[in-house]
Amino acid sequence: MNTAFILQQIINGFSLGSMYALIAIGYTLVYGVLRLINFAHGDIMMVGTFLTFISLGILTGWKFEHISMAIFFTAVGISIILTAGVGILTHVIAYKPLLDKGAPKISILITAIGISFFLESLFNVIANQYLGGTYQAFYFPKFFSHIIHIGSLTIPVLTIITPILTILILLGLLFILYKTKIGIAIRALAFDIYTVQLMGANSNFIIGFVFALGSALAAIGGVSFAMAYPSIDPYMGMLIGLKAFAAAVVGGIGSVTGAVIGGFILGFVEVAIPGFLPELGGWKDAFAFILLIFVLLFKPTGIMGINFERQRF
Amino acid sequence: MSAKKYFSIIAVVTALFIGFLIFSPKWFNSYTITVLGNIYIFIVLAVSYNLINGVTGQFSLEPNGFVAIGAYVTAILLLSPDVKEELYMISEPLPLIRDVFLNPSVAFNPFLALIISGIVSSLIALTLAFPVFRVRGDYLAIVTLGFGFIIRIFLINNPSISNGSMGLDSIPGFASYFWIGIVSLITAILVFNIVYSKFGRAMKAVRDDEDAALAMGVHTFKTKTVAFMTSAFFEGVGGGLLASSIGSISPDQFTFMLTFQLLIIIVLGGLGSMSGAILGTFLFLGSMELLRPLDQTSWHIGFIHGIPGLRMVVFSILLLLLMLFARRGLFGNKEIWDYVKIKKKKRIEE
Repeated sequence: MNTAFILQQIINGFSLGSMYALIAIGYTLVYGVLRLINFAHGDIMMVGTFLTFISLGILTGWKFEHISMAIFFTAVGISIILTAGVGILTHVIAYKPLLDKGAPKISILITAIGISFFLESLFNVIANQYLGGTYQAFYFPKFFSHIIHIGSLTIPVLTIITPILTILILLGLLFILYKTKIGIAIRALAFDIYTVQLMGANSNFIIGFVFALGSALAAIGGVSFAMAYPSIDPYMGMLIGLKAFAAAVVGGIGSVTGAVIGGFILGFVEVAIPGFLPELGGWKDAFAFILLIFVLLFKPTGIMGINFERQRF
Repeated sequence: MSAKKYFSIIAVVTALFIGFLIFSPKWFNSYTITVLGNIYIFIVLAVSYNLINGVTGQFSLEPNGFVAIGAYVTAILLLSPDVKEELYMISEPLPLIRDVFLNPSVAFNPFLALIISGIVSSLIALTLAFPVFRVRGDYLAIVTLGFGFIIRIFLINNPSISNGSMGLDSIPGFASYFWIGIVSLITAILVFNIVYSKFGRAMKAVRDDEDAALAMGVHTFKTKTVAFMTSAFFEGVGGGLLASSIGSISPDQFTFMLTFQLLIIIVLGGLGSMSGAILGTFLFLGSMELLRPLDQTSWHIGFIHGIPGLRMVVFSILLLLLMLFARRGLFGNKEIWDYVKIKKKKRIEE
């Protein structure tokens, strides 16, 4: 148990945590505006990784040996745009009609589950029929898996890039939310949707923008997951999505900074506990939910402490 | 409805159903009987899932967790110590796990095992209720969904309790077609009585307006917890039936897919409707069997081919369409006979 080992764990935790953070932001944005758990968010992340995989395949002609950075980023860009579209589509097709009718929350949740299962089974069919199997290996430029040695630490480039990217995205988001016109509209919408509509803001556009933003970030998170654990399958979104939701609740759902903090905490827990107590390694996937249950027991509003309980639309 | 009339209706339904159970093996082939048996098990699960989800209005995604618990408890109780010694390949069974044994050939022991599975499930539900019902609404869904994952991880990582991912097999098949039918009948009658009791009215009050219910003196936390525990009890029993009728269980059988199927069933029947849940089970599992060719590559109509997994795409679209255009399902939150009564009333008015 030396310092290098502890430092290594901290870096790994940061890296994993930033991936959770990227996905948790999407949950927190949608929850903040619509008070709705977007159950399909994890699967939208899966769609993002699959679209990246497919566009990489098309751009390289399904030969993955040498992927240049330009092609990789083009593929990721295409995927981000398409995934944002998918996010908006889920809202327009599935949530908006119910929200407009004033349907009870439980109906919207069931619809969200339906969307989630639809995306999973659709991509299962696509993967089986056109990609040749449920599980696919994910390829990316060699640069990201290049290992840097600092003292006795071994750090892949990806492990450094993801947290930096996440922090930059968080700063960008905070800028959008607090300094731009649409950000002010989003915050106003989270506060009181009807008054904002009366003030002449186009709430449909704003909600669509929130879904697009969340889905685009989910696509980035999904691609970084696929690069860290280079195998993708249509059912990957559910567990990762649930854990990211747990992270959002731990951080205080409705708060973007809270989502990132919650993501980092979850990443640390998932890396540190198996690191220091290897016999608990098999329980890795359960930590998020145990953490969630403890947070609900002792501080249901999460770390950033936003109380939505009594606030209604 | 007077008590006398009520009991006579229940007696008639029971007699008719038992008659059907006795004679149906002679009328149908063995494939139909297997499907029917499966439907009876799902009726147990759907009716109890409807209790928490439809009647009490607490959106929970727990069935796969409690069904898994029920299945494993029943299997461990009914397997003899010698068989367990052979079955547990990865590590030795814990002494407690090895020694608990209810001889399935002794009368009533299988039913005792089912009831114990139910009690274990509902005790776990009780511990889960405390963190979950402290907050309102959606958290229950996530925590119960996570609970399903935790149960699976627990089963895989504790080979001395559950034989890990290899699962258990050669479980005594006491759950014959007849007895599955009897258990589902008992469950349906019990749950029906709960729903139309004073307690059931409290549950519906919590569903319709929690604040108002609280103001009227309904102990909402207690109501939700008891509804959750009752639902978990019957799901445990259903899990035991499932284990015994299939004969072998493994953690992979109890994934979220199971919960998803039950969700479609109760939405199809109408959330909060008992008769809807029962009819929904028949419709859903029946159409699952009819659409089976969709999963087989050999099947095609014109240029449309069957693709493995296509069936679930169809069913998720079905759930979406139901939610978007027919949110009330078949019967809404009423029962089938409520509609008959309305018709009668109209006729009298005319």
